[in-house]
Amino acid sequence: MIVARDGIEPPPAFSGLRSTNFGSRLTWALWFLLAIHALVVLAAFIAPYSYQTQERLHSYAPPTSVHFFDCAGKFHLRPFVYVTKNAESSRMEYTQDCTQPARIEFFTQGDEYSILGMFHSTRHLFGVAAPANLFLMGTDGFGRDQFSRLLYGGQVSLFAGFVAAAFSAVTGLLLGGIAGMYGGLIDDVAMRMAEIFITVPWFYLLIAVRAFLPLQISPVAAFLLVVAVIGMVGWGRPARLVRGVVLSARERNFVLAARGFGASNAYLLRRHLMPLTFRVLLTQMAVLIPQFILAEVILSFLGLGIGEPFPSWGNMLAQAQQYHVLVSYWWMLLPGLAPVPVFLAYHSLAETLQERVTSNI
Amino acid sequence: MLAAQAVAQTVTQEDLLRTTSEPGNRGGKLVIAQRSEPRTFNPVVAIDQNSLGVSARLMGDLIHINRATQKTEPALAKSWTVSKDGTQFTVNLRRGLRFSDGAPFDADDVLFSFKVYLDEQVHSPQRDLLIISGQPTTLKKIDNYTVRFTFPAPYSAVERVFDGVAILPRHLLEKDYQEGRINQVWTLSTPPEKIAGLGAFRLKQVVPGDRIILERNPNYWKIDAKGQRLPYLDELTFVVVPTQDAQVIRFQAGDSQIISGLSADNFAVLEPEQKSRHFKLYDAGPGLEYNFLMFNLNDDTEGRLPEVARKQKWFRDARFRQAVSAAIDRAGIVRLVYRNRGAAIATHVSPGNKAWFDSSIQPQVRSLPKAREMLKAAGFSWKADNTLLDSSGQPVEFTILVGSSNTQRSQIATLVQEDLKAIGIVAHVVPMETRSANDRVLNSHDYEAIVMGLVSGDADPTPDMNILMSNAQTHLWHLGEKIPATPWEAELDRLMQKQMVTLNYQERKKIYSRVQEVLAQQLPMVYLASPNILVGAREDLGNFRPAIIEQYTFWNADELFWHTPAGKH
Repeated sequence: MIVARDGIEPPPAFSGLRSTNFGSRLTWALWFLLAIHALVVLAAFIAPYSYQTQERLHSYAPPTSVHFFDCAGKFHLRPFVYVTKNAESSRMEYTQDCTQPARIEFFTQGDEYSILGMFHSTRHLFGVAAPANLFLMGTDGFGRDQFSRLLYGGQVSLFAGFVAAAFSAVTGLLLGGIAGMYGGLIDDVAMRMAEIFITVPWFYLLIAVRAFLPLQISPVAAFLLVVAVIGMVGWGRPARLVRGVVLSARERNFVLAARGFGASNAYLLRRHLMPLTFRVLLTQMAVLIPQFILAEVILSFLGLGIGEPFPSWGNMLAQAQQYHVLVSYWWMLLPGLAPVPVFLAYHSLAETLQERVTSNI
Repeated sequence: MLAAQAVAQTVTQEDLLRTTSEPGNRGGKLVIAQRSEPRTFNPVVAIDQNSLGVSARLMGDLIHINRATQKTEPALAKSWTVSKDGTQFTVNLRRGLRFSDGAPFDADDVLFSFKVYLDEQVHSPQRDLLIISGQPTTLKKIDNYTVRFTFPAPYSAVERVFDGVAILPRHLLEKDYQEGRINQVWTLSTPPEKIAGLGAFRLKQVVPGDRIILERNPNYWKIDAKGQRLPYLDELTFVVVPTQDAQVIRFQAGDSQIISGLSADNFAVLEPEQKSRHFKLYDAGPGLEYNFLMFNLNDDTEGRLPEVARKQKWFRDARFRQAVSAAIDRAGIVRLVYRNRGAAIATHVSPGNKAWFDSSIQPQVRSLPKAREMLKAAGFSWKADNTLLDSSGQPVEFTILVGSSNTQRSQIATLVQEDLKAIGIVAHVVPMETRSANDRVLNSHDYEAIVMGLVSGDADPTPDMNILMSNAQTHLWHLGEKIPATPWEAELDRLMQKQMVTLNYQERKKIYSRVQEVLAQQLPMVYLASPNILVGAREDLGNFRPAIIEQYTFWNADELFWHTPAGKH
């Protein structure tokens, strides 16, 4: 894991080295993350189904094959699917009906949705007309489209990580800044608290905190709780980092000069010291976000996060805990793979930012 | 079918019971996986299935319910007579039998056993069955092998009561009983030689937390058609495998040779492997488990739980419950949760209950028009966005609790939630640790609705009085009723009392059908579905006859045998 060294000034020889390489990697990671987040925010539009639409005759249906060639071997420019049917038995086996093709339509009518509570629509990016179904990643036991749920689930998982990281960064900034600025007892108290939070095994703490909270809460409240719990645990490291930066910057000439002109502590913090910490904090955020996404995934996986019917990557993956799912339906494991590219992008981002921080200070 | 007959054996001077099932080969071992370790070997206090499963192999009862036929058949009682008024029941015991430790068995053991079970201080679960109209059953020894039971009132289910009432060895336990320690005897740490019974097996070894090994009881009182003494198996081992998934893997690997209580999902996983892995799966049909959605109808919520009390105005209206019932897609539940290995149900009596199921009472088929009609009649209305409003304009929204340990029930709750959305009801599913959920139902009454499942202990109606009688300990939807809260609950009370003392089966069946009619109409529980009993065993296990009453797979462990020569397993 990459953690910026607390306020230690780097050797100046590094500055400017390989900066173009950093730039392209940074851009790549940023664009990728932006794209993923846009995809997830626009889930309702991009997903062909709502996260709770149950196609009860298509439970555990495998991913729908998208065809260019029909059963007779003829090529079609517009991709299409075949209507699938479950041979009404206890086995979840589906057969394609070659006589019933359905073209993939774009901007089709479907379930009603709203994006960010503002835009209401029934148009979806793509879909197929009933009775055909388009399950790009198969369905779960209730016949709900995994692809759609994965997108909706990303809303919970990605933003829980993001909001929680922002929460702990802000807390860290405040407490670390104050501790570094004022020193003495305030510093001691704040840093010992931070150390306690760092040394406490966060996972058990999460479970314990969640256990104290009421079970009967609305999904939104559950989401906020998970975020608050995760964020609360994670502020220790950023606080220490910020303190380190503030502590060393406090003695630098321009700060001393400002103080000499009669600037107050609060003014110094706001005007001169806090801005110095932003890069460190940004790096720290890039490290914390994937950690916190993972924390949300784990909590939901264990049934302590957001509950049915709302998806999160964790509670979707939880279904694969059942042996029969594990051995029979490989597509149910896809939610476990979803965080991987996101984490890679965040780590790449963190690494690049870290190198920039150390090379530019 | 095992239509057992009592045949006196003059040669051995033991009244042995000759079974009619297929004669098998002696020898071999059988391993059965259990979810957890038995808590006790003591039949007086055993209540959990893990304990009962083991203790029933160690002990014998007077009259036994054949799990396959669901009918009673002689066991330690060779024959019996009932007096004309139905209150006196005279039992002739088998002669010359010995406990597994060699001590002889006679009427004194029977008298001792029932004295223990009837003792209020002992708190044995069997006591409830032996108390009729508040009066205990009395026993009288006629001679060394004849005992007369006198019931305070005629008792329709009398023969079935004896099933599972294990006969205790007086020579081992009388001292403990007199010293008031009968509850604490026969734990898992008791030395095997201190435990004896009249069952097919006796205790050989306990490895705490891991396995319990039983060995063949050489004094067992059954023989097969060829005159071989049962049981066939040398050893019966119970191993602890805590989850069903782990049990499936152990079974696939051949570590255990019988598997019970399979979910339909796991059944589907195992199905294609039957040939290659040499086992066979059985679908024994709908069992006695019934799953239902129940609304909180308790009357102690006023003031204490204002939110629940407000919603109970809806719940108490039978039309609301009927509308909910009509909105639920039971066929969908059976298909998705049980993969069509289950049955939609109208009442708690599943189609698997051969003698008492009434096919004229059909489960509700999903009908949204009917649901809407019912709701309209009850004063509900809809907003433009299809939200259901009650007569005071409040949106109809409630939480459905579900115990998280049962995956199938959680799935049912999610389906019900989606179904109710169609009639404008917003339901929130709250999974909760099963024990806490049960505690809310039984004690705090802090819930709005719950998806639960119960398993009838027996196919007979009488044990259901525990639930259906308005003053019963587990009258789940409304506990602590001193007098019946509604006219239909009063009717249920009358009917259930009446069936208990009606001896004629046809008449009793008519009464019980009426009970089912009332339940299907009033829906104190919105009955949903019964899963099939799905089990499996190695293909060369002889006499394997799965049943829908516990213990599904090894109730006839005394008859099980290996077709392949002993020692291979």
